Amino acid sequence: MLQVKDIYKTFNPGTVNEKTALNGLALELQEGDFVTVIGGNGAGKSTMLNAIAGVWTVDEGKIFIDGIDVTKLPEHKRAKYLGRVFQDPMTGTAANMQIEENLALAARRGAKRTLRIGITQKERESYKEKLKILDLGLEERLTAKVGLLSGGQRQALTLLMATLQKPKLLLLDEHTAALDPKTAAKVLDATDRIVAKDNLTTIMITHNMKDAIAHGNRLIMMHEGRVIYDVRGEEKKNLKVADLLAKFEQVSGTEFANDRMMLT
Amino acid sequence: MNIISLFNALPGACAQGLIWGIMAIGVYITYKILDLADLTVDGTMCTGGAVCIMMMLNGFPVEISLIAAFVVGMLAGLVTGVFHTTMGIPAILAGILTQLGLYSVNLRIMGSKSNQAINVDKYDLLVSLRYIKDVPFYQNAIFIAAIFVIVIVAVLYWFFGTELGSSIRATGCNQNMSRAQGINTDFCKILGLMLSNGIVALASGLYAQYQGFADVNMGRGAIVIGLAAVIIGEVVFGKIKGNFAFKLLSVALGAIIYYIVLQIVLWLGLNSNDLKLISALVVAVFLAIPFVKRKYFSKPVKKGGV
Ligand SMILES: Nc1ncnc2c1ncn2[C@@H]1O[C@H](COP(=O)(O)OP(=O)(O)O)[C@@H](O)[C@H]1O
Ligand SMILES: [Mg+2]
Repeated sequence: MLQVKDIYKTFNPGTVNEKTALNGLALELQEGDFVTVIGGNGAGKSTMLNAIAGVWTVDEGKIFIDGIDVTKLPEHKRAKYLGRVFQDPMTGTAANMQIEENLALAARRGAKRTLRIGITQKERESYKEKLKILDLGLEERLTAKVGLLSGGQRQALTLLMATLQKPKLLLLDEHTAALDPKTAAKVLDATDRIVAKDNLTTIMITHNMKDAIAHGNRLIMMHEGRVIYDVRGEEKKNLKVADLLAKFEQVSGTEFANDRMMLT
Repeated sequence: MNIISLFNALPGACAQGLIWGIMAIGVYITYKILDLADLTVDGTMCTGGAVCIMMMLNGFPVEISLIAAFVVGMLAGLVTGVFHTTMGIPAILAGILTQLGLYSVNLRIMGSKSNQAINVDKYDLLVSLRYIKDVPFYQNAIFIAAIFVIVIVAVLYWFFGTELGSSIRATGCNQNMSRAQGINTDFCKILGLMLSNGIVALASGLYAQYQGFADVNMGRGAIVIGLAAVIIGEVVFGKIKGNFAFKLLSVALGAIIYYIVLQIVLWLGLNSNDLKLISALVVAVFLAIPFVKRKYFSKPVKKGGV
């Protein structure tokens, strides 16, 4: 479903701020894979998702989604294949627009925007149904401005928007990190339900090792712009947080300890 | 200080306000919807009038001349849009560049004259300051300008409700989200700038007819008047809960208020040379309000859960 072939990305080349964020990263996902991604701060996790999403083009290497070479495709064209939820709850939704307007924008991902009406009555009904899966009561507030929602509600809505048009690949970048633990659990719950319902191929970055082990069928660890550990199936299920910590120390020579909340 | 003279000036102020209200609706599209400050309008607020007057002087009917003004305004917006998106120039600078270039273009359109007059007795003008009193209502400049405002508001209300219009609104609100949802944000910005400048040029075409001439300086400071109208509309009518059409309408009403206040200030004996200074100061104060509110009067926000 996804093939990332030896991609490189250096930010601010030739300056004192030069930073090689992706250093020959390679990754392949099968259809239906749900991969969790962990790694220290600055390991290149977000950069990997941005490369796949086409926020900028990579310096070297190729990216294929479902066999289609998207390496040179601009962000808004790749969006056709991708659903995305970001770490910052502000990023994924348009605050000045209504819940139903946001959903209607998302429902047209990958389609041409025409002079037809932006949201039909029939759609409204279907959004009501779909919002129920989030279990946040948003189905009663279709015309509320998204800016009035809490961070957790916005993330849940973004998740629904990302999957309204079934994406070939769902990219989640620490989408629960900005939320309080109770809310985070709720959003994570909704994530599992939505991914399972449509059997979505998913990459989920998390700073929480327990979550990384508990969710998905595969886990990768990143360090200095590459994948340094890749487990799946039974082996992954039987992982312990201690195993991951040991693995990290082994490859990086440093401790995870100074990273935020990785252990919880 | 004869109160009668003030009352006599008010209908004219209304007509002027309505025409500038159309212009301000154009500014609203960039400033409020796209979240861009577009200074191109200082140029297009002359270009439209220049095109319209020159075409009429050359025998074209007023309708064709106004449509041409609209199209040429769109082209000016296209230039700014390309400067900004494909060439990566900051929006303000892109607008200033187009505006400066338009000065020469405007002179060319007007046959290298800085002013071109049109005689209301010889040409079939749609609006004129001569058609304020003692004409049947359907010729009255206020009536005609009001019709223009209503039609433009209606068309924009429809347009911004379409898929395309919604994607322009989304672009102005959150570009990351828009691109993630497959919206071509560069295209949306260009389209918004074109629409805005087309409307401004249309207003310019009407205004040139109203005052009976096109002048190379008629757009100077237009952006400030446009912003003033947007802000006044927001301050006066913002508390009323209304739909998008009402918001556009309140911009036009804001422009009328601006011109009425202007008349009163002039009537009070203020030197008209000082008007631009006062306008600039008033707009600066209003633009500062959100910032000052946030900085000095904001309450700490609660951290959000579900
Ligand atoms: N747009 C950018 N410009 C410059 N540097 C960047 C940019 N994006 C990421 N980086 C740098 O690349 C490295 C990897 O960042 P990131 O992928 O965000 O790490 P993380 O694994 O914590 O998500 C960091 O050193 C970061 O500072
Ligand atoms: Mg990150």
